[in-house]
Amino acid sequence: MTCTLFTNVTLIDPEALTEGAGHLLVKDGVIADVALGPMAAPEGAEVVDGGGKVLAPGIVDLGVKICEPGERHKESFKSAGAAAAAGGVTTIIMRPDTLPAIDSPETLEFVTRRAGEAAPVRIHAMATLTKNREGREMAELSFLKDAGALAFSDGDHVVADTKVLARALSYAREIDALVVGHPQEPTLSKGAAATSGKLATLMGLPAVSPMAERMGVDRDIAMVEMTGARYHFDQLSAARALPPLERAKGNGFDITAGVSIHHLTLNVNDLSDYRTFFKLKPPLRDEEDRLAMVEAVGSGLIDVISSMHTPQDEESKRLPFEEAASGAVALETLLPAAMRLLHAGQLSLPQLFRAMALNPARRLGLPSGRLAKGAPADLVLFDPHAPFMLDRSTLRSKSKNTPFDGARMEGRVLGTWVAGVRVA
Amino acid sequence: MTLRARHLLGIASLAPDEITAILDLAEHYAEMNRSGEKHADALRGLTQVNMFFENSTRTQASFELAGKRLGADVMNMAMQASSIKKGETLLDTALTLNAMHPDLLVVRHPHSGAVDLLAQKVNCAVLNAGDGRHEHPTQALLDALTIRRHKGRLHRLTVAICGDVAHSRVARSNIMLLNRMEARVRLVGPPTLVPSAFRELGCEVTHDMAEGLKGADVVMMLRLQRERMDGGFIPSEREYFHRYGLDADKLRHAAPDAIVMHPGPMNRGVEIDSATADDPTRSVITEQVEMGVAVRMAAMDLLAQNLKAERAA
Repeated sequence: MTCTLFTNVTLIDPEALTEGAGHLLVKDGVIADVALGPMAAPEGAEVVDGGGKVLAPGIVDLGVKICEPGERHKESFKSAGAAAAAGGVTTIIMRPDTLPAIDSPETLEFVTRRAGEAAPVRIHAMATLTKNREGREMAELSFLKDAGALAFSDGDHVVADTKVLARALSYAREIDALVVGHPQEPTLSKGAAATSGKLATLMGLPAVSPMAERMGVDRDIAMVEMTGARYHFDQLSAARALPPLERAKGNGFDITAGVSIHHLTLNVNDLSDYRTFFKLKPPLRDEEDRLAMVEAVGSGLIDVISSMHTPQDEESKRLPFEEAASGAVALETLLPAAMRLLHAGQLSLPQLFRAMALNPARRLGLPSGRLAKGAPADLVLFDPHAPFMLDRSTLRSKSKNTPFDGARMEGRVLGTWVAGVRVA
Repeated sequence: MTLRARHLLGIASLAPDEITAILDLAEHYAEMNRSGEKHADALRGLTQVNMFFENSTRTQASFELAGKRLGADVMNMAMQASSIKKGETLLDTALTLNAMHPDLLVVRHPHSGAVDLLAQKVNCAVLNAGDGRHEHPTQALLDALTIRRHKGRLHRLTVAICGDVAHSRVARSNIMLLNRMEARVRLVGPPTLVPSAFRELGCEVTHDMAEGLKGADVVMMLRLQRERMDGGFIPSEREYFHRYGLDADKLRHAAPDAIVMHPGPMNRGVEIDSATADDPTRSVITEQVEMGVAVRMAAMDLLAQNLKAERAA
């Protein structure tokens, strides 16, 4: 029996929304005891003295792109796993937007096997909602679910044909599957590289109103009302998308929503010198939108914070802004970026870990995300105040497309444990 | 007076005194261009490369003539027909160019920000000859010079910029320059081509020509950029001409001595009728072309002075 005692740590309880000095005992990969105050080490136990730093449930990151199969030069299971471990992410929920897409049980089995071999953290895959993410025919949802797909998503492809979406949602409802959608009115946002407004006007970039996101939210909520499906918005970014979400939740629909760490910490003004590492999908919004999203995480209206980790190689990014690919890597920067919200006094650690660990785990039916007796010992020990300057060349991801290159950040991971085993 | 930056990427990076310096020097070259001796040696021994990733006859010819009149060795590279088609990236192109040791690089590119990107990677002075919908600084400077020659000043003039503002880099550079020089800018056109976000750039926005032209000292018409539109911005060209095309009737709303400008090439009968475009008492369109050469000479002269100072140091 292996046994580890974490002493002298600040424990984060995202369920009770509390934090306090205490200890945590791990036996055989499971949390055996957790309590405030000190505790004597059991015989034979390894003792980890946290030095007063923070011990939290490992991050459960919903919506990570790993480029295997298909574009392993951008990110492999090995590199993504190392990045996750270094960033305190103990569970990756992988997007199915690989090449080929994860739309068959065979591809899913390949992915699951490779992930298990190559990565030190837990990796679960989502499968596509429609074949090859084309929005025409639904994928083999039931086979895929049996093969281990945790949820169904076409990534950032919108199922534009509402009839196809309605059928897929009805089918998903029947097999009790969670569908993860990307809210966007695709014809309105076609060709856009930025959010419409002063800056996009000045820069001469094709732009889209955040209203396109609102329209996507409205449509999808109507479809959920019609079909009764379980639904999660992968990432909201616009303030005006929040009132319909609040109404839908109030009406008792089984809807949750996420937000990316970038939309919580950056805004449209960061684009001002055409730096393509800031080109995201949806595009960065106004400061008022950012603040509304932060507030919605605090109130619980937004359930999940994700990295929306999207590796892109240099060739995809070193292009004129309109031509450059969208997306940013964030497995390693999720935690320090989230600390900006803590240090700004906008969100507490328990609120942050509710959104980064507890809620995504619950939504996907995983037992992790909590510091509770019986939960898996997926843990991150970190110093929320340790300052550093991010140098993108030090990232473990194969792709280095982070908007935080050269940024001053606070928050360093001191150790990461998956099932009680130290992985970083 | 010299320019503070190494490149001329946009009006956004020019201070009012720099704008005035370019215009003053251009005035000198305009005079020289009208004389029998059209040659100076400000760029002697320097190599100027014109790289156009987008078709252009007028601007490229203007830069070429400007360079030649100042004694530079000028080379034109028509990029839309060459390596880009073979998959070479913009930055590979920059590396290739560096190896040729140009001194002045004149770039036009269909994407906003592309010239800035290129400027970060090359060792010479870069002049933006138009990037996407972003900036076209020498056009704004030649417009300013033309206005100044007719009105004697830029400040406290009312300039109406009419038509397809949304897709226009000319409009953006002009808005910035005119704001900076304390002129009053009014934008006129249908809401699909003049979005209200332009109000945030410090302009008045109106969708009615009579209101927009009222009392204007300068009426600047823009070309309907059919190639930059992805469809459906206006119902038809004839309806557009009826509501927004400049003719004598609409021009009556402007100040009696208002001048009419157009960056060219014109779509006659779409944004402007021929009688107005060719009216010698109002139209300064051909003078704009003339000032284009002078302004480009001035801009390249000033950038070359920096280059020489940098090399001497």
